[in-house]
Amino acid sequence: MAEKIKNSAVLFNPLSKNNPVIVQVLGICSVLAVTAKLEPAIVMGVSVIAVLAFANVIISLIRNTIPTNIRIIVQLVVVAGLVVIVDQLLKAFAYDASKQLSVFIGLIITNCILMGRLEAFAMANKPWPSFLDGIGNGAGYAIILVIVGFFRELLGSGTLLGYSVIPQCFYDAGYVNNGLMILPPMALIVVACIIWVHRSRNKDLQEEN
Amino acid sequence: MENLNLFIRSIFVDNMIFAYFLGMCSFIAVSKNVKTAFGLGVAVTFMLVITLPINYLLWTYVLSPGALVWLGAEYAEVDLSFLSLIMFIAVIASMTQLVEMTVEKYSPALYSSLGIFLPLIAVNCAILGGSLFMQQREFSSVFTAISAGAGWGIGWLLAITAIAAIRERLATYSNIPKPLRGVGITFILTALMGIAFMSFLGIKL
Repeated sequence: MAEKIKNSAVLFNPLSKNNPVIVQVLGICSVLAVTAKLEPAIVMGVSVIAVLAFANVIISLIRNTIPTNIRIIVQLVVVAGLVVIVDQLLKAFAYDASKQLSVFIGLIITNCILMGRLEAFAMANKPWPSFLDGIGNGAGYAIILVIVGFFRELLGSGTLLGYSVIPQCFYDAGYVNNGLMILPPMALIVVACIIWVHRSRNKDLQEEN
Repeated sequence: MENLNLFIRSIFVDNMIFAYFLGMCSFIAVSKNVKTAFGLGVAVTFMLVITLPINYLLWTYVLSPGALVWLGAEYAEVDLSFLSLIMFIAVIASMTQLVEMTVEKYSPALYSSLGIFLPLIAVNCAILGGSLFMQQREFSSVFTAISAGAGWGIGWLLAITAIAAIRERLATYSNIPKPLRGVGITFILTALMGIAFMSFLGIKL
């Protein structure tokens, strides 16, 4: 029973209390670059969940045979292999999304969430908890990506997943899309707002300065 | 001349932090004071200048479609470009390790000031990002790759030093809402700096 509770904590903690993006501050680069629209944000989130879960499992399976002084290279090679698979799959089945994401699929390799989780969790735990940890952290990352993507697409271009959701009468009454939301710096501001809300609800996460 | 233009463009117009938002993780984590920020910036510049030309040569003479033609006509069809991600990251990781060992052996003073940052650099997205942009933009010679690498590195150094200086002042002189302190305000600062750097967009040299 104790095992079970621990597993569910491993799966659900990263969603809020220990979120990889807004609490551990890992993997920011891609959050900013791919969230101008909701669709690439979702594709990116799913790719990261897949790569993270499988990389965690693989590293956890071979954790006892990796020599410690070359572990970073081993981890990078495992991650890079998985990313190449995801990249080729996207090119085959979702070509438009893969073109929009351009170099950022490749940059999953250096996404610090991956290295962070491999180093901190998979190197010390069994495959099944590692798999759950991968799914949990990937999902925590994907949630932030989707929230940011939602607000940026809604306010920036008045659409969601490409369908316009703001009724025409708003535009007739003088409503204008906020073009600033499309620009990358606004992603930082949206993330900062998420951090603000999240930390005012979880006071123990606040910093001194 | 063209390389000089590219160098200056890479510092200001194509700034890694403010235009592409690459290398943000270490940027946020290590910008608490100017001295360490400057150290990391120098290390990143150094690695970009070294790895970009190496990856350029690797891409032009081994990996890109038809690159192996110098081995003989029968290799003209070979396309190894799907290997580029793995090769680039392997070059970066091994160069990091190599530079770390060399610096440790020959210059202990530099090692103790840079030491802790060097391993971090293997996973800095700005370095891999540089190589991927190089591949995407089809640079014309190895000198182009060096000047772009130097420009991106110095741009990154400039950005992290500026933010660290602002954060140092903020910590003593301002009264920020509690939930925003630390990471939150750094994000907003970076966003404002990014908007400021947008004014360089469209400048042609």
